[in-house]
Amino acid sequence: MDGAMILEWVIKSIFLILVMTGGFAYVTLYERKVLARIQVRIGPNRAGPFGVLQPVADGIKLIFKEELVPAKADKLIFTLAPVLTVIPALIITAVVPWGTEVTLFGRTIKLYLADINIAVLYLMAVTSISIYGIALAGWSSNNKYATLGGLRATAQMISYELALGFAMIVPVMMAGSMSLVDIVESQKPVWFVFVQPLAFLIYFIAALAEINRSPFDMPEAEQELTAGYHTEYSGMKFALFFMAEYIKMIAISMIGSSLFLGGYRGPFVDQLPALGPLYLFIKVAIVLFVIIWIRATLPRIRYDRLMQFGWKVLFPLALLNVFVTGVVLILVGG
Amino acid sequence: MTEIRDVDVAELRHLVSERALKGETMLLNMGPQHPSTHGVLRLMLELDGEIVVNCIPDIGFLHTGVEKNMESKTYQKAEVMTDRLDYMNPIGNNLVYCLAVEKLCDLDVPLRAQGVRVILAELTRLNSHLLWLGTSGLDIGAMSLFLYCMREREMILDIFEMCSGQRMMTTYIRPGGLWRDVPVEFEGAVRDFIELMPRRIEEYESLLNENPLFLERTAGIGVLTYENAIRWGATGPIARGSGVKFDLRKERPYMGYEQYDFDIPTRTEGDVRARYLVRMDEMRESLKIIRQALDKLPYGPVRSNNRKFIPPPRSEIGVSMEALIHHFKLWTEGFNVPKGAIYTAIESPRGELGVYLESDGGPKPYRVHYRTPSFAALQLMPLLAKGHFIADLVAIIASIDIVLGDTDR
Repeated sequence: MDGAMILEWVIKSIFLILVMTGGFAYVTLYERKVLARIQVRIGPNRAGPFGVLQPVADGIKLIFKEELVPAKADKLIFTLAPVLTVIPALIITAVVPWGTEVTLFGRTIKLYLADINIAVLYLMAVTSISIYGIALAGWSSNNKYATLGGLRATAQMISYELALGFAMIVPVMMAGSMSLVDIVESQKPVWFVFVQPLAFLIYFIAALAEINRSPFDMPEAEQELTAGYHTEYSGMKFALFFMAEYIKMIAISMIGSSLFLGGYRGPFVDQLPALGPLYLFIKVAIVLFVIIWIRATLPRIRYDRLMQFGWKVLFPLALLNVFVTGVVLILVGG
Repeated sequence: MTEIRDVDVAELRHLVSERALKGETMLLNMGPQHPSTHGVLRLMLELDGEIVVNCIPDIGFLHTGVEKNMESKTYQKAEVMTDRLDYMNPIGNNLVYCLAVEKLCDLDVPLRAQGVRVILAELTRLNSHLLWLGTSGLDIGAMSLFLYCMREREMILDIFEMCSGQRMMTTYIRPGGLWRDVPVEFEGAVRDFIELMPRRIEEYESLLNENPLFLERTAGIGVLTYENAIRWGATGPIARGSGVKFDLRKERPYMGYEQYDFDIPTRTEGDVRARYLVRMDEMRESLKIIRQALDKLPYGPVRSNNRKFIPPPRSEIGVSMEALIHHFKLWTEGFNVPKGAIYTAIESPRGELGVYLESDGGPKPYRVHYRTPSFAALQLMPLLAKGHFIADLVAIIASIDIVLGDTDR
């Protein structure tokens, strides 16, 4: 392992983190703009042309806000919780490939940070960590609303993790590998979403629940629990939770695109690998649009119904889907 | 006069269950600052997990003393305060007050004024129902609906502004008629609105009616039985959602409601969804009434000609000494109302809105009391909320459609 390679990794890591944090800022703007259009409003348009500087303004505002810590809060955990939430969200996308290889400055650079052979397992593991942040935030705030929010998040997580896992196993079975690069490459003939629409649907629903997005946004149901687990947070600590939520939105879209929508694959990508990131970007933007669209349209599902739905509908369906896929694969392959 | 004293906490113990005192259940203070208590309502909740064991409404955070203040103002000036009671139904508040004054003074109201009053009262009902629909949608997480409702509500407020110069606190209806005639654009604007509105109502319904998530959140939630609806004095859409077919516009018609053809939508389920459906149908009925009233609207004066109560027109003041004296007397001393007491009620968007007015023969009311539907509906909260989730509690609060200005006065 030479020094240039380490440098390459460092540069790619920094680039990825910058893209994710920058992406977070612009997803908030994207969401506000799309919501505004759906709701016959205009949306932010004061800061910069078409409001493009709005996220910057929001960020500056949040940095200068006073950070309040409730008197009876557990101060260490209270401070640690947002960090615990945001870091898994940031490192999640390390295994998602952006493209194949490009030649830059006479050097072949792979367009992914890591191609580990247990990538899907890694995804499952890392996404689960961030729930600790939410549960601990709810508990350490010493606020009843926040506690309820944290509890809801935990219950929701347990109910949806399994279905999500089983939905992710299907592409693994189809590709015969856990590496996301292999999974994307094996979608060369046809995207998995066309072969496995049910798995994609389960993945999408479970992922929405996983990242607490509407209609599964119970942990932060504003009308019920004021702001749920982050009721007591202010300033940058609050911004970190916000950031985690939106980065997870991007990550979930990226993973979903890679697993089911052919990732960076698209017309002419074999001839011109630089197109890969562009295709991925377009797919992510479309998935994000659907997530926002759902938020604008659907009412919130009730907490107990969500659990019922998770255990009684999604989980058996996912299990059945895995079973059927397995049988078909053996029959076809064998 | 009773003495004001502090309440000892021990006296309030009976409000919660034994388990709360042992710490097995959690007490949660919801409000007065909370996004979905529709104003400054405070609810003390006793929770077992997320299930509501006890719900204790606490009101008085928006107490304005309107009723008491009205006693120190002349009849004309006191009316301005009524707008501020139920701020979603200002025209209805004016109307019921004016009806009471008119009955006490035996004032006649010209037919054109009656027609305009009906149109405006029904527009106010639509205005109130639209806001209710938007906010209750927001409460269960359907956020776009709120903005769609606001879009249509804006048209209604524009009509109010066109008539009175004010969007909400209009004080447009006056004892003996109206402040002045409606402008020429009024009819066109109202017609545009009632042409557009049925389509928009269908649009809202397409978002919610058959939506399984909405059904789950509303069907079978907060059930109020027929018996309980009557026993607890529920009126308006809440009672009609429980199968009580009672609407003052039909039972005790005022302002010529007997000449319009409309139905009273009722449902028998008594749950949140039934109340939702009743209100949606009521919006359609209101549109029907507005259309008929607009078609029948006669031309003519909009104020009674009784100069002892109604100020003379500007044109007369310059030429008639008597008119000048009347004008001066009416705006300084006010008019004397014959001694007596009266109770008048109308059907407000929330139910029976009544006013009790007592006169001692002078120019100021001796006692004014409003019988407000929100106050009566709020006492249903403990009954409806028991055994439901917090998420449902929010839907129930929205479905009984309280306005805190209406509750505390």
